[in-house]
Amino acid sequence: MTPDDTGAATLSRKDFQSDQEVRWCPGCGDYSVLTAVQLLMPELDVKPEELVFVSGIGCSSRFPYYMNTYGLHSIHGRAPAIATGVALARPDLSVWVITGDGDGLSIGGNHLIHSLRRNVNLTILLFNNQIYGLTKGQYSPTSEVGKVTKSSPFGSLDYPFNPISVALGAEATFVARTHDMDRKHMQETFRRAHQHRGSAFVEIYQNCNVFNDGAFEQILAKDKRPEMLIDLRHGEPIRFGPDGNRGVVFNEFGEAQVVDVADVGEDALLVHDESRPDPSLAFALSRLADQPTTPTPVGIFRAVHRPVYEDLAQQQLASAQERSGPGDLKTLIESGSVWEVS
Amino acid sequence: MVIRFAGDSGDGMQLVGDRITDVSAVFGNDLATLPDFPAEIRAPAGTIAGVSSFQVHFADFDILTPGDVPNLLVAMNPAALKANLGDVPAGASIIANIDSFEDRNLEKAGYATNPLDDGTLEEFRVYPVPMTSLTLESTKEVGAKPRDAERSKNFFALGLISWMYTRPVDPTLEWIEKRFESKAMVRDANLAAFKAGYHFGETAELFDHPFEINPAQLAPGKYRNITGNLALAYGLIAASQQSKLPIVYASYPITPASDILHELSKHKNFGVRTAQAEDEIGAIGMAVGAAFAGQLGVTATAGPGLDLKSETLGLAVSLELPLVLIDVQRGGPSTGLPTKTEQSDLLLAVYGRHGEAPLPVIAASSSSGCFDAAFEAVRIAVKYRTPVILLSDGYLANSAEPWRLPDADALADISTPFATEPNHDGEYWPYLRDPETLARPWAIPGTPGLMHRIGGLEKADGTGNVDYEPANHDFMVRIRAAKIAGIANDIPPVEVDDVDGGASLLVLGWGSTWGHIKAALRRVRENGKQVAHAHLVHLNPFPANLGEVLGRYEQVLIPEMNLGQLARLVRAEFLVDVESLTQVKGIPFKASEIEAKILEMID
Repeated sequence: MTPDDTGAATLSRKDFQSDQEVRWCPGCGDYSVLTAVQLLMPELDVKPEELVFVSGIGCSSRFPYYMNTYGLHSIHGRAPAIATGVALARPDLSVWVITGDGDGLSIGGNHLIHSLRRNVNLTILLFNNQIYGLTKGQYSPTSEVGKVTKSSPFGSLDYPFNPISVALGAEATFVARTHDMDRKHMQETFRRAHQHRGSAFVEIYQNCNVFNDGAFEQILAKDKRPEMLIDLRHGEPIRFGPDGNRGVVFNEFGEAQVVDVADVGEDALLVHDESRPDPSLAFALSRLADQPTTPTPVGIFRAVHRPVYEDLAQQQLASAQERSGPGDLKTLIESGSVWEVS
Repeated sequence: MVIRFAGDSGDGMQLVGDRITDVSAVFGNDLATLPDFPAEIRAPAGTIAGVSSFQVHFADFDILTPGDVPNLLVAMNPAALKANLGDVPAGASIIANIDSFEDRNLEKAGYATNPLDDGTLEEFRVYPVPMTSLTLESTKEVGAKPRDAERSKNFFALGLISWMYTRPVDPTLEWIEKRFESKAMVRDANLAAFKAGYHFGETAELFDHPFEINPAQLAPGKYRNITGNLALAYGLIAASQQSKLPIVYASYPITPASDILHELSKHKNFGVRTAQAEDEIGAIGMAVGAAFAGQLGVTATAGPGLDLKSETLGLAVSLELPLVLIDVQRGGPSTGLPTKTEQSDLLLAVYGRHGEAPLPVIAASSSSGCFDAAFEAVRIAVKYRTPVILLSDGYLANSAEPWRLPDADALADISTPFATEPNHDGEYWPYLRDPETLARPWAIPGTPGLMHRIGGLEKADGTGNVDYEPANHDFMVRIRAAKIAGIANDIPPVEVDDVDGGASLLVLGWGSTWGHIKAALRRVRENGKQVAHAHLVHLNPFPANLGEVLGRYEQVLIPEMNLGQLARLVRAEFLVDVESLTQVKGIPFKASEIEAKILEMID
């Protein structure tokens, strides 16, 4: 911590690094997410002691140990519920949830969707590597059908979740996707997620180089990105491709569809609007790519405002005290019909 | 248990009363009845003058006082309510046929507003049931005209009461068959309505446990009636105030624990935050999160909910954070008997987590005692930074008894300071223990300089850093166990009720059997025989003097509403050859059953 010109303390990355040795496999995508978060933190208007990182179980859930903040490495799938308790008790804190595709969408799916619909003020980072890493390589609820793993030697039978569609279906007010190959994109996405009051859900495509290496190679290889990543920008026509030659339109069924701009004309392109109260546009965009093998939208799908759970809870407390005054135990105990025995 | 049925003289209240009386006699209850007819055979329907009532008193002990006030009033219409309400003591239950509480009937009874909505009945437990419409619906298939079918609603009420008070069904079905043999349509309508009422009680999980034990003499003081669930809610609020920790109460609706959530959600002016979670696991997760954030995390459950919460209890053991879990025990296994009482979760509470995961377990022994039990659970949880399981049961939850009001100003201060400074060479070590209590410090988010990470992985004592070393794990398992075991020195010794000091048999109980054991003792002593009684509130750890107390008696009898769970614990812990008296019928023991066992053992 160093004092800046105004005399206030300026924080640096170091202030957010714990003294624990980072123990992910060398080459794991988790490192770049951790770096992005630690570098971003000093830029956010929040002190280390005001931050709480809550995680479940899985490789990514080791994340809190590496942050010099308050942290809780909890149990498999339950982080959103535990984080809800933290936020409900203390609306003054900045609460982050670190989860993965197995933790958040399989064993913890229920807690995730309910925290989203309640709009608890949480920043939820879901590391999606489409595999179970900590248990050494079984298919996950985001793995593609037919995936051959230790637990599915003849190919998995499970149809995968689309995490963005799940979050939108769960009434999330902020939904975004980023990936571990682009620190700047991650940081901008995380910054917006942090600034959003309410549940902010960020899916991070993250490479597991040991058990599912190259899962996102077809869209994230440096030379592939221009033609495979559709960068969503609020208020702009949705275009991508090396020369912006491709774009997205609504077809006759109201589905989002990738087209050549030359075929439809610029005016026909969808203009992205993350603030639409109705989630249909965001949902349609989420369906553009079922798997990271076709042009895939990244960025912010949806960012709308809805009252925040713990704020409403706080308001109920305040109005109850206004109405009835602060609670008095003696009055409460004697609230029934009381008689005296002498 | 005193039930009064009241309705129009044409509503068939006497008949219903007769039936309940008969089946209760079949059941072996002692009985007293008090029919009350209007002077006119048929006064105008819906008026006070036309109200007919029938009161029945049944109990499993000798009824010495006729003319007791009703614990339950069944009011078929507003006039019946008005005519009888004056006799009904606060805290009693009222079942009202809401279908008849419409303008015309309210007016006839002289009510300006609907007493079901306007706060008139605030002091009672009110069960509004649409008896007329449900009766019509249930008798549709029989083909009776609505006017005739409606007359079967007394049988609907009878079915409902039969469910709520575990009255046998077959004698009534047989009686209806016989009585209406020649009128097939009436017979079928009555059968259908009776069954519909019974099933409604079951489906809606309506139940009520009578308060059966009348304390012989009340000590001087101020009193009110209170149910166990209400007392738990009040106890939590009191403990919140005295620990200076706001409550975050998260739970998932489940019978018979839901009333605690209902009650606490009313008291937001005490700073109580309540959350109805997405499931049992989410509920306890929220409570753990609140504890990490520095507040009083509480959750409650029953039956299968306790299974679901086990994993998070283990986390709380490892995190060493305060947490209170209330388990309002009900009949199991699985969904079991949601509305019936049982004491079958003791072993699950004490042992039911993977790994070595000890935690304190305490049990309330009376409805009013639930207040003290809640306070004690919070005290231990906060002081020792541990999850605590508080056991109540369906009987305590819903039965009311007189409660001698505590002096709110004299309640103990159970607050504990948060850590505010580094505790080890300028660093903060989250697992640096207090040498006396072995509790770790509690530093809460927002405190500068004390940032730390904790989790469910094994950690090094002191630093709290993840640590898999064999010796460290062995040490941590033992020190967590020692912390819980040490609580034995911080709880009151178990007291023995052995009036003359000459008894050779000790009855050892826990939880809601307290009243029934006391009643049994009274009977035994009235016959000039000696017997001692001790009742456990703390079940893990046991009070420090329990071994010594057990050693004083030649014989020990443990009555429990399970298959001998405390008996097993006591045998294992103290090598005492206790005798077990068990019963799992979903209803409390009868005093006579305990009495018989005591006599068998001492004679």
